[in-house]
Amino acid sequence: MARQRPEPMQVVKHRRDAALNAIVDGVPFIRFLNIAFDRRGDELTGVLNFDEKLIGNPLLPALHGGVTAAFLEVTAVITLSWEYFLPSIESGELDADAIVKDESIRFPKTVDFTVDYLRSGLPRDAYARAFVSRSGRRYASVRVEAWQDNHARPYAQASGHFLMPQPKAKDS
Amino acid sequence: MVDKAAIARQFIEAIPHARALGMKLNKIGNGEAEITMPYNAELVGDPRTGVIHGGAVFAVLDTCCGAAVMSHPAAPGGTATIDLRIDYMRAATPGQSITTHAMCYHLTRNVAFVRATAMDEDQELPVATASGSFTVEGL
Repeated sequence: MARQRPEPMQVVKHRRDAALNAIVDGVPFIRFLNIAFDRRGDELTGVLNFDEKLIGNPLLPALHGGVTAAFLEVTAVITLSWEYFLPSIESGELDADAIVKDESIRFPKTVDFTVDYLRSGLPRDAYARAFVSRSGRRYASVRVEAWQDNHARPYAQASGHFLMPQPKAKDS
Repeated sequence: MVDKAAIARQFIEAIPHARALGMKLNKIGNGEAEITMPYNAELVGDPRTGVIHGGAVFAVLDTCCGAAVMSHPAAPGGTATIDLRIDYMRAATPGQSITTHAMCYHLTRNVAFVRATAMDEDQELPVATASGSFTVEGL
């Protein structure tokens, strides 16, 4: 049997970008911190766009530790959600519109989050990438790191546990 | 004698991000601090429920812990977070402000140990608890 022709690139790109935007754009707090996500294939990089209001120590100056923590947590939850939803986005079961409008769609919830501050955050853009160590039926474990000028010298890292969305209880 | 509480209050209220989140320092002294953050729709993490994002709660807890360290009688001045862990017990009730209370329960020459809680108007069950270690630095 002949192999199916791959979908046109624009179709794939549009489907994935629309779904990612639907996951990210609905969250006011992500807008407040001005965090964007850069997608290359299935890989996401969080980008924290610098602003004066993110400063925690005006004397150094340095980014607020809470901003760094929030940036890491946002990157962890979005990456985890993205990986969780991606198979149904690719199969066509779930589209961007449903992610925005379907009230029954739930996102992972943070159970705990631990941040290691390795260096002070410089007053400029920061980047973060999360790695889903395990995503089970109920719990997920995610680690995430953030860097600025040099990827090999992260300025913070974190790990956290998340409660995965539970499917509706079925009548037995 | 230096009024450390006054210095800490000045320092905290000058933090741009603390202002952006609307943090108010209610109490400080003797290694304890209390900071409140009002409800703000811009800080919502899930637009379907209106619940404040955990990251915003983390920021107040971190600030409150830092303030507690600075106000410790044996602390020489500044501090920075080494690590901080937050456990999220439940979603904060939409519309309610969040009050954090931190206590620096032990301080060595180099490290300060802190615990904190975040409450909304329900005084029974905290929204989140935190524990962390902080550096001890001169002014």
